[in-house]
Amino acid sequence: MAAKDVVGYRAGLHRWSILLAFCTLLLVVAGGMVTSRDAGLSVPDWPLSYGQLMPPMEGGILYEHGHRMIATTVGMLTIISMIWLLKAEKRRWLRILGVVALVAVIVQGVLGGLTVIYLLPWWISSAHASMAQLFFSTTVAMAIFTSDWWLLGPQIIEENQKYRIRALSLAAPICVLGQLFLGAAARHKAIGSIYHICGSPIVTGVVLWVALRILLHYANNRELRTASVVLTCITFCQVFLGIAAYMTRIAYADAVQPMPLMVTFTVLHVAVGALTLAASVTLAILVRRNVTAAPLEFREAGRVAVV
Amino acid sequence: MLLLAACGGGQQTRTETQASLPEAHIDPATAGTITGKVLFKGEAPAMPVIDMSSNPQCERQHHTPQKAEVVVVNGNGTLKNVFVWIKAGLAPARWAPPAEAARLDQNGCVYQPHVLGIMKGQQLEILNGDPVNHNVHAESTVNAAWNESQPPRAEHKFKQFSSEEVLFPVTCSVHPWMRSYIGVSPHPFFAVTGDDGTFSLKGVPPGTYTVEAVHEKYGRKEGKLTLAPGGSAVLEFTYGS
Repeated sequence: MAAKDVVGYRAGLHRWSILLAFCTLLLVVAGGMVTSRDAGLSVPDWPLSYGQLMPPMEGGILYEHGHRMIATTVGMLTIISMIWLLKAEKRRWLRILGVVALVAVIVQGVLGGLTVIYLLPWWISSAHASMAQLFFSTTVAMAIFTSDWWLLGPQIIEENQKYRIRALSLAAPICVLGQLFLGAAARHKAIGSIYHICGSPIVTGVVLWVALRILLHYANNRELRTASVVLTCITFCQVFLGIAAYMTRIAYADAVQPMPLMVTFTVLHVAVGALTLAASVTLAILVRRNVTAAPLEFREAGRVAVV
Repeated sequence: MLLLAACGGGQQTRTETQASLPEAHIDPATAGTITGKVLFKGEAPAMPVIDMSSNPQCERQHHTPQKAEVVVVNGNGTLKNVFVWIKAGLAPARWAPPAEAARLDQNGCVYQPHVLGIMKGQQLEILNGDPVNHNVHAESTVNAAWNESQPPRAEHKFKQFSSEEVLFPVTCSVHPWMRSYIGVSPHPFFAVTGDDGTFSLKGVPPGTYTVEAVHEKYGRKEGKLTLAPGGSAVLEFTYGS
């Protein structure tokens, strides 16, 4: 079936959602650059920058004000996305998600401002970093929900009673989010890196547990199979980047300024961390949509609502 | 309200304690001098060249590559930029800060001096001699931290520190290599070692003192001495890589 023939599919809205998710990933990268370049306080005032809308883009100001400009763009895109959803979308829960996204981006902006005004207290900075990752996952989910293949409906399969997956699938995003928070707290010097490093094998283990269970027992579902492979690949990339970021950090411990190699690996680690969370959230969503706890005959009889 | 009241009360008590102290008085007839030097043993670490290419206006102000000043070993085997002060031994007293302000300049996108001593209550004058924006971030933990922008040709900033704090960094996030250190002393007996690695604390009342040397990388060292009336005492500190 062609995408245009799918009932309720709006190509424009879907493309807009993809654009929003892409810009949000750019924003995460820009935020990672700010922290890695030690540029967080290069613009001491907020919401203006040096009392202006456009200060000279020199040194750390380039990163901090650049981050603010991308954040403003993402805020605008989110407002338009919400209005579009409220006007055109029939699914009530998706309209609500559009509003939630806007509230989240506003809260995120305020957290960013507060952390500058209060000179980077670790708990505001870490909340700001973690919220960014959550917001990115929200935008990815919005892009998925507005796609034509989502509207085509799920490929329902019954939950394997011996190898259950519905509840387990939630463990991956929860663990990844916890690990991202530990990483943010370490970056903002609230805790040592050791906590984030120790968390890494645990989170990787949980992700592998979920992905392998799907690949071994639910592989006949194409959506779940693809999402599991993607999550596994991203997670392995993330582990490699984490090791590289740590090694470069040690190598340049005595440097008097942020070194490009350390910045590159650390920012990539932050960005792929966002992708890992989004991939684990996506997998959990797909599991909840495709795998039914109730026996299939009940669903086919229409006793269970298909979401 | 309770919190505000508690904070206000604490501040008031501290002020009262300060006010109740007798004003310090130095008798020139009995005052002495503590002198010394800070030695460095071992191989001096090579300091990296600062990469200012991200801001060409900073780079253009230097004809030679600028090296970091984290560890500066002088030609005579002494260590520069060590803050030396009397940590303990002085009778409790209220020392009047000098009328002259201590100056921290931003010149060529480098702080000058790299380590600055200042008295509690003394004015700190901050200048921006550069054609670029700076932010000045005092990363103090005892005194209230602050972070303010200082555009080129802006008016000088004046700040004060109300509590003893040795040492804390002052940084610029626009130019992440910029870092200086400030030591806030409650009395005037402090010095920072220079190109010859020596220090001199003059007009010190007789007594037994703990003198502390503080270096940004190598940390703290203490020495004890007794200063006779009108006498002088010599102290050496040794750091190593």
